[in-house]
Amino acid sequence: MAEVLVYVDHVDGAVRKPTLELLTLARRLGEPVAVHLGPGAETAAPVLAEHGATRVLAADAPEFADYLVVPKVDALEAAAQAVQPAAVLVPSSGEGKEIAARLALRLGSGVITDAVDVEAGEQGPVATQSAFAAAFTTKSRITRGTPVITVKPNSAPVETAPAAGAVEALEVTFGDLARGTKVVSRTPRESTGRPELTEAAIVVSGGRGVGGAENFAVVEALADSLGAAVGASRAAVDAGWYPHSNQVGQTGKSVSPQLYIANGISGAIQHRAGMQTSKTIVAVNKDPEAPIFDLADYGVVGDLFQVVPQLTEEVKARKG
Amino acid sequence: MSLRIVVAVKYVPDATGDRRFAADLTTDRDAVDGLLSELDEYAVEQALQIAEAADDAEITVVTVGPEDAKDALRKALSMGAHKAVHVEDDALHGTDVIGTSLVLAKAVEHTGFDLVVTGMASTDGTMGVLPALLAERLGVPQVTLLSQVSVEDGTVTGRRDGDAASEQLQASLPALVSVTDQSGEARYPSFKGIMAAKKKPVESLDLSDLGIDASEVGLGGAWSAVDEATARPARTAGTIVKDEGEGGKQLAEFLASQKFI
Repeated sequence: MAEVLVYVDHVDGAVRKPTLELLTLARRLGEPVAVHLGPGAETAAPVLAEHGATRVLAADAPEFADYLVVPKVDALEAAAQAVQPAAVLVPSSGEGKEIAARLALRLGSGVITDAVDVEAGEQGPVATQSAFAAAFTTKSRITRGTPVITVKPNSAPVETAPAAGAVEALEVTFGDLARGTKVVSRTPRESTGRPELTEAAIVVSGGRGVGGAENFAVVEALADSLGAAVGASRAAVDAGWYPHSNQVGQTGKSVSPQLYIANGISGAIQHRAGMQTSKTIVAVNKDPEAPIFDLADYGVVGDLFQVVPQLTEEVKARKG
Repeated sequence: MSLRIVVAVKYVPDATGDRRFAADLTTDRDAVDGLLSELDEYAVEQALQIAEAADDAEITVVTVGPEDAKDALRKALSMGAHKAVHVEDDALHGTDVIGTSLVLAKAVEHTGFDLVVTGMASTDGTMGVLPALLAERLGVPQVTLLSQVSVEDGTVTGRRDGDAASEQLQASLPALVSVTDQSGEARYPSFKGIMAAKKKPVESLDLSDLGIDASEVGLGGAWSAVDEATARPARTAGTIVKDEGEGGKQLAEFLASQKFI
């Protein structure tokens, strides 16, 4: 059976959830072979095996952390040459997409980014994508070379499917460009204790209507009562009320949670692009004409500073 | 010696318009008016700031696109870029990102460069991989997704704010950088800038000028294919209530009915 490479996104061997989702998709196409770069392969391997990895190709070198993107491309290229896979799946982060694109070019292959589903097809994998701010859904495939596809978080369920998952050393020779862009320093993002925005089942967002940085406490309180991630519209981020890392929209994160609660967000195209594929959408806005209500499964026209705290109290009461 | 900056920009359908696919499943460029991709304005702005900080710099703005794409070049020139290169060829219709990176790489090499600046993604295709592909083809360091960038003594430095960490990056010129919408608001063209742009040179090139065979580009030369494009069904109208003092409780009731609480 054909093998499918899955690029492992991890922090020192702690595998991030989107990688496990990729293993689910990879099993539709063949036998998943995980590629683990950097420290922690022995920690990651049992988790990868439990979710279907038949092998874990591992390489560790300081270059992976010290230089941007290219060392990882060199390693994935080596893995692709060794395995001759039927496809390569990579998580759709900024870095993941850059790695995938350069890999594809080197392999003489097409690349598809931001897939929300991948299925086996007669002419190779078929990827589903959203286009034009999620106004369209497309189905695409690679017509040349080894399909390289990046997949967005929350695109597939995490499933257990125990496999061997033995760690094997991956030989990597770094090319001339590997040390081109030096990472001089790295400041880890402070953890908020909340779920990762793109991976969360529930996202609670605030926009212009929140009116100020300190007022985001109201949004955060609702998020915490629901165990949700916090998002913000571009207007709120541009105003400096909330970090850009939490921005939902065309130039921020694109999310697809089970439940999206938009507070004080009008619903401009730039925002809709990032949340339109959410399963259930709820909106609170004082303007009854706000376009966000066209998307909402349930909307409340009113003052978010009245509605949201009442909702938070009610959620807490019901959860006991 | 003069610092040669090339900014790669894209002419895209206005994102606020009703964008759709043409019959051949390429982006319909007639249905909606086009303009310089908003995210590329940030690239032009950072190029201008880098040029202003340098003793001597020249900014060339490059695009690949149909006749109307000149509008995007004019906008960049009116902001302050010095000259432009327009690659236009009927055979380019339907070119994918791999092919576009080939054409841009040839055009950038033709122009000559010390620094290539791009936006983070186009607002139509939204892939965000063109900068990485261009760096790979040019064989220069990629210093991408920067929210802050500067160039000094032949070295480019910048800050990349990722999901897990914020990184300080450094590379030697020649290099390619891409900048995000966090890099700084783009300036508006002044009246003087708009008038001056009309007199700035725009070089037109076709595929043969760049030594590219038509079979390497276009819909036929693409390494990926879109087989289907379906309009997302309109969301069914939801329940909208006016808060009369119980809005939060009503909302909680809805969430409970949907098993979220």
